[in-house]
Amino acid sequence: MFEAIAFYLFAFLTIVMFFITVTTSQALYALSALAAGMIFISAFFFILGADFLGAVQIIVYTGAVMALYAFGMMFFDSTREVKEKQGNKYIIVGLSTLAAILVVVIFSAPMVSDKIVALYPAIDGVGNTQEVGLVLFTKYLVPFEVAAIMLLVAMVAGIVLAGKKMDLSITLMSDSEIEEQKNKKVLS
Amino acid sequence: MEIGLNHYLVLSTILFAIGLVGVMRRKNLLLLFFATEILLNAVNIAFAAISHYYGDLTGQMFAFFVIAIAASEVAVGLGLLIVWYKRHSSIDLDALTTMKG
Repeated sequence: MFEAIAFYLFAFLTIVMFFITVTTSQALYALSALAAGMIFISAFFFILGADFLGAVQIIVYTGAVMALYAFGMMFFDSTREVKEKQGNKYIIVGLSTLAAILVVVIFSAPMVSDKIVALYPAIDGVGNTQEVGLVLFTKYLVPFEVAAIMLLVAMVAGIVLAGKKMDLSITLMSDSEIEEQKNKKVLS
Repeated sequence: MEIGLNHYLVLSTILFAIGLVGVMRRKNLLLLFFATEILLNAVNIAFAAISHYYGDLTGQMFAFFVIAIAASEVAVGLGLLIVWYKRHSSIDLDALTTMKG
């Protein structure tokens, strides 16, 4: 009973938040709504018994990814209203709904059958975090390490791409120096 | 009022559809990234639900890897976006069509 109430409440909240994210014309509203939606999604993970996944969702998505987006938005002009593509709205909505239903049917059709056998069945008497650790560090050790290397490469790429000319500090310069730099087209 | 696997799959479908609508109608690249985050999260819900209802931890493992991929995608994508904005002072998709295809 409580599970049903929680499910419908959080489903409603998540759908509303993500709807705001894709429809609002203010980038800041979209960011806040997306962060709220991420936290509501972690509630589903807690309902489903995937405690560790829920904690990771909150830490990584609302902690790291949203903070990264917030810092990224400081580089852009986020107060300006966002212009939308001109096109037939009904065709877009119809096509995307159709595509989404197709995708889920394709991927859930084998799941509905009873032929699925649990590859790594849940162990009795251990918490979810311990189970995740046991499976992640035995069966999925190589993908785990590869994911670590991928994150390292992404970090280096982010620093190299965004960190160009960051040795120039505008706060430490005088006004004349800033003008000089602007004329040299270095800061642009 | 028993919540089953289908409830979660339907919710995942709705969220995926919202994300697809966002991908199709957004012109601002930053908001396009937000829409892709919605897509990834919708898939994560489906993974966790299947993992729970089949008593199998593989779904949760894949959800972890999806989160890792999303994080690295954001880092690289935002870096590229900042470089593009510094050069063209616009992050509209239409400004990227320099090849006139």
